Amino acid sequence: MAPRTPWQALTRPRFPRSSWPWRSVAYLATGALLGAVACAVFVLLGLFSVLLVGLPPLLLSGLAVGGVERRRLRLVDLDPAPDPHRVPAAPGLAAWLRLRVGEQATWREFAYALLLATVLWPLDLLVVAVGIGLPVLLLSAPVQLAVDGEEAKVVKAYLVTSYPEAFGAALLGALLLVALAYPLAAVAGARAALVRALLTPRDAAGQGAIGEVIASRARLVDAFEAERRRIERDLHDGAQQRLVALTMTLGLARLDAPPGGPLADQLAKAHAEAGRVLTELRELIHGIHPQVLADYGLGPALADAADRSAVPVTTDVELPRLPESVESAGYFAGCEALANIGKHSGASRASITARHTAGVLRIEVGDDGRGAADPAAGTGLTGLADRLAVLDGTLTIMSPPGGPTLLRVEIPCPALSARSASSSPRTASSSGRD
Amino acid sequence: MPRTERTLRVVLAEDSVLLREGLIGLLARFGHEVVAAVGDADGLREAVAAHGPDIVVTDVRMPPGFQDEGLRAAVALRAERPALPVLVLSQYVQRSYAADLLDAGDGTGVGYLLKDRVGQVEEFLDALARVADGGTVVDPEVVRQLLRRHRDPLEALTPREREVLGLVAEGHSNGAIARRLVVTEAAVGKHIGNILAKLDLPPAEDTHRRVLAVLTYLRA
Repeated sequence: MAPRTPWQALTRPRFPRSSWPWRSVAYLATGALLGAVACAVFVLLGLFSVLLVGLPPLLLSGLAVGGVERRRLRLVDLDPAPDPHRVPAAPGLAAWLRLRVGEQATWREFAYALLLATVLWPLDLLVVAVGIGLPVLLLSAPVQLAVDGEEAKVVKAYLVTSYPEAFGAALLGALLLVALAYPLAAVAGARAALVRALLTPRDAAGQGAIGEVIASRARLVDAFEAERRRIERDLHDGAQQRLVALTMTLGLARLDAPPGGPLADQLAKAHAEAGRVLTELRELIHGIHPQVLADYGLGPALADAADRSAVPVTTDVELPRLPESVESAGYFAGCEALANIGKHSGASRASITARHTAGVLRIEVGDDGRGAADPAAGTGLTGLADRLAVLDGTLTIMSPPGGPTLLRVEIPCPALSARSASSSPRTASSSGRD
Repeated sequence: MPRTERTLRVVLAEDSVLLREGLIGLLARFGHEVVAAVGDADGLREAVAAHGPDIVVTDVRMPPGFQDEGLRAAVALRAERPALPVLVLSQYVQRSYAADLLDAGDGTGVGYLLKDRVGQVEEFLDALARVADGGTVVDPEVVRQLLRRHRDPLEALTPREREVLGLVAEGHSNGAIARRLVVTEAAVGKHIGNILAKLDLPPAEDTHRRVLAVLTYLRA
């Protein structure tokens, strides 16, 4: 098995030739840099916090350092370093801040940031200076001598005056470079272990429990989706087909009935009624789970929802195929938003924009209505936020009184395919053929 | 255009036995011959290869996946034989389906109808004949939905022109449109000329500019 940390790599015979010494150096060097920056920021913030409220920025700097450190950990630790923070249950800055202040992970990150800014970064620097700087200086002895011509003071202490001496020093440097790689990697490994202990989720049992809860909520949503589709299919393959057959029979019967007679009248009424039931059933089935969502994906499904809207909607949608649960949540979010616009906003125009960039699906639904949409007032928006939360998604509503309203849905998810059929690229791809 | 009163040899694809039998009866009653009736997309392709029908009538959703297999099969058939008229019956009002279908081949001799339309027996037979004659038919319900929405490429059109374009999409001839709108056929011709000009469809070699206009309309 390939080593996953410097400590594991140390015992391998190929260690000096592997990438691990360099990874370790990169890790410690960037650590020193980050620590120096953090130190400067802390000093500045410290000065300001005497005058102003300095706590929120201090808190934020801890969060930022924690985030950077978890990413940096990948240099020397191939195991994933998950984020220990929870996702806020409600949208908005206030809820986020409350959650973060209450979390142990936040304060551990803050403590680590302090430690980094005061103690760790000089240590990092020292180890890099000794482990890499010293051998490199020794290695460069012949060059120094050549530049000076007469003599060179290698490492500020040892005077060399001849080339044999200089090359001797260089040889020593090469040996040291290899030899010091070991303690260097050991220190890097220790630093990484410290970061992992402080900044990644601890208390495996508790985390596991939360993971389990989230997983079961996700399963519940999946089960709900599956049930939706089953109902849709049952209605589609059963009731709807029978109704179509019924209207067909009634249509044929009307052709046979003597025109103008009472029978033709009754049949016409029955036929029209059956047609209305069929229309209602079609709308109902569509509301349960639109087939176009399964066949074409979220982009065309949103365009379809825009078609049905009472308020004129301009769409700018370009999406790849996404996981089923995400497409479904995105679709119903878009529908809910459009329905609210139709019911409450008094808007004359609406727009839908949807993109999938950097692993995040982002849908924005805007209108020019009177605004003041309150997420707490309706069950629709709250339900939507809950549903998105299961997928780690968020719902943001900007709706000042007087409008305009903008509703934004963001769901992190991978794309399943390249661009699929959606309203705009379809035009582009087919226009050349005409 | 003159309506064919000829007997059509139909290949029918519909997985619901009830509807399939009903459609066979209905078509037979009006003198058409269902040369093959199948229940899935593979069967449809085989039946077309074996019988060389005058027209294909197919459902969208079929086994095995119960997604848009029927539509996909229709699109594939059109790619192989662009002259084969295809009428797709759908349970859904969905312009993506209609646009995909019209995109296959040159857009003539295709129809996209809501299944409900089967109950309007005469309307259905009329659409069938028009598609078999190389016409283009999009369900009025799809057209109605599109008209409700505001769409940019069509912004330049006047409401009357949009109305005319909607009727063109439903597959009506200039004469039929003139009768519906209670105007002269010359007026309809003029509207259509304006529409084609505004949608930037110049009269080059003039093959199926009406179809192109309908496609623009569906995609907008």
